[in-house]
Amino acid sequence: MTPTLAADVHAVTTAADGGALSFAWLLIAFPLAGAAILLLGGRRANAWGHWLAIAAALASFAWAVLGLVDLLGRAPEGRSVAVEVYRWIEVGGFRADVSLLVDPLSITFALLITGVGSLIHVYSVGYMSHDENRRKFFAYLNLFVAAMLVLVLADNYLLLFLGWEGVGLASYLLIGFWQHKPSAAVAAKKAFLINRVGDIGLLIAIMLMFTTFGTVAFTPLFESVGGAGQGVMTAIGLLLLLGACGKSAQLPLQAWLLDAMEGPTPVSALIHAATMVTAGVYLIVRSGPVFEAAPTAQLVVTVVGAATLLAGAAIGCAKDDIKKALAGSTMSQIGYMVLAAGLGPIGYAAAIAHLVTHGFFKAGLFLGAGSVMHGMNDEVDMRRYGGLRKAMPITFATFGAGYLAIIGVPFLSGWWTKEGIIQAAFDSGGVTGQILGWATLLGAGLTAFYMSRIMFMTFFGKKRWADDAHPHESPSSMTVPMIVLAVGSVALGAVLVFNYTLAGFLAPVVGAPHHEFDLAHMVTSPYSLIALAFMLVGVAFAWVRYARADVPVEAPKGNFVTVAAREELYGNALNEGLFMRPGQVVTAASTAFDNHAVDGLVNGVARWIRTGSENLRLVQTGFARSYALTMLFGAAVVVATTLGVTFA
Amino acid sequence: MDPMNYIVLAAVLFTIGAVGVLVRRNAIIVFMCVELMLNACNLAFVAFARMHGGIEGQVIAFFVMVVAAAEVVVGLAIIMQIFRTRRSASVDDASLLKN
Repeated sequence: MTPTLAADVHAVTTAADGGALSFAWLLIAFPLAGAAILLLGGRRANAWGHWLAIAAALASFAWAVLGLVDLLGRAPEGRSVAVEVYRWIEVGGFRADVSLLVDPLSITFALLITGVGSLIHVYSVGYMSHDENRRKFFAYLNLFVAAMLVLVLADNYLLLFLGWEGVGLASYLLIGFWQHKPSAAVAAKKAFLINRVGDIGLLIAIMLMFTTFGTVAFTPLFESVGGAGQGVMTAIGLLLLLGACGKSAQLPLQAWLLDAMEGPTPVSALIHAATMVTAGVYLIVRSGPVFEAAPTAQLVVTVVGAATLLAGAAIGCAKDDIKKALAGSTMSQIGYMVLAAGLGPIGYAAAIAHLVTHGFFKAGLFLGAGSVMHGMNDEVDMRRYGGLRKAMPITFATFGAGYLAIIGVPFLSGWWTKEGIIQAAFDSGGVTGQILGWATLLGAGLTAFYMSRIMFMTFFGKKRWADDAHPHESPSSMTVPMIVLAVGSVALGAVLVFNYTLAGFLAPVVGAPHHEFDLAHMVTSPYSLIALAFMLVGVAFAWVRYARADVPVEAPKGNFVTVAAREELYGNALNEGLFMRPGQVVTAASTAFDNHAVDGLVNGVARWIRTGSENLRLVQTGFARSYALTMLFGAAVVVATTLGVTFA
Repeated sequence: MDPMNYIVLAAVLFTIGAVGVLVRRNAIIVFMCVELMLNACNLAFVAFARMHGGIEGQVIAFFVMVVAAAEVVVGLAIIMQIFRTRRSASVDDASLLKN
């Protein structure tokens, strides 16, 4: 927990010439070039554009695998490799390089981004096949992958910010991809604006770090965190958290994520479930030494995580739109990760492990939802589904795998990683640890309920289809990525968590695991059993309400809790009341001030000069004799004054 | 003789000239009145030169004569032109620049 940990942890070596790592910039270059070619190529690229985009994503993935192999070939202490690309800005004492930091943490993210990203590229070929702007869609997807890789591979906060803004742009473009729908255009703007609030926090944090430490590069900055005052560190931590909240849809900047579901479903899967929204978690984990020097900020991080995990779950329980229910679930799961990241070194590895498995099963669930929508004429209302398991067996199976993983069925991915977070929360000790731990357990129960609700309403029960619905299984370009993700949802957790494989791999960056891996303890610990019990209660409750009983096609009115959850816990009303309306008043007031006070002053001066000139003009009569009289009068005054002065 | 008398005479002549400029409309008369005022000034200069025993006043009187001569040349030419175009020598008629 001590900040001094950072010094020996972040010993960075420089990339040796010739290895895959010295060309790590290719990781970013592939998708960036893909995006450029697709965007600049115009209609000529329509026929083969999407294949090029997939090739770019796959090449990037292959390079990430090579990087992983290279890292594994090094000693654990030597696995932080700096790759200098070029000097970006050098002004006075300020220097920012475009240089990459390839270490276990960033390569884990790079693999997740390019791996899941490639699968979703493939899926999109089928999903977007009827869209005339498919080439543009793939260009934006490639742009997103490139920006996200910049974000995670950057070795300083400034370059990280560049990627941070890049993914924000890609997210904006993709949410508003169907901009002919006003709701999509508004949702894109909303996401952009709320993200901007978070970005301001991150930007101020970067400035504060530069003024405090004189650098924005990770390694030297983390080595000197011990020298700064507690107040500064807390401020930096809270501002970083604000940035993370914006990007990761955590309270209080959560409102954009549900609206972001207006984007095409592959976008929801890739950006708003698997990768971009986890950037906040990455930021917190990467800035670990900063947070460890600011316990207050850490506490706030855990509180934000716990609050969001419950709020997201509550929203997920009430939404009838399948994508919005899944989006509530995403909020909730990221809440888990943020909570774990706020616990410090005992939680980092758990957060990242859950992030990776969540990336798989949530992407799989979204792709499944997209497949259902694809077969149901883009219907998103779950009350119009029902009994789809026979019509779409592959979708049902893959969605089911993701479902079982996320609710935490023992030995599936979600169980391994969620147990890690629950355990870490209780291990953090004290009353706080107890409260956080019970929040995660309650969240587990709610997760089981809302996911079962989605599952039962969609695939079980009676058919409640619209008259013109003819559900059919999706083409293989869509089902294959779903199957791959389903396999990941089932098995990945065990691979990552068993014997702390991932935690051990990440140890050079985030600190070694807390204690020895003990499977028996993990299965039989009271918290694990309570989580299992909560899960079973959640599933049973959902079974009674949504599988055994008939689901009405029209949503019943519901009690005030349901109504509040449907209204996203009044987050939008709050934003509207607190910021939008006062903002409009301020805008109107400043417009009025500008129109009347500022313009009034300027126009008043002009009017005054104009009337003055009008009157002064009348003096020019044109009569020479009146001029002469004026001159005489003036001369008389001069003479009289002179005489007066002389003789007075 | 008391030089003060010349000063008084100069003041009287200047006043007559000034009143003439103000009350008469005929450009020629106005012009003559201007000449009268200039000569009143000359008389005052010479009288002051005499009173102070200096020579500067007399020198300035010569300068005024030269300037007056030049002014007469230009002024009469303008009056001639106005009279030709407007068939009038009244200064009040030449008020094109008003307002």
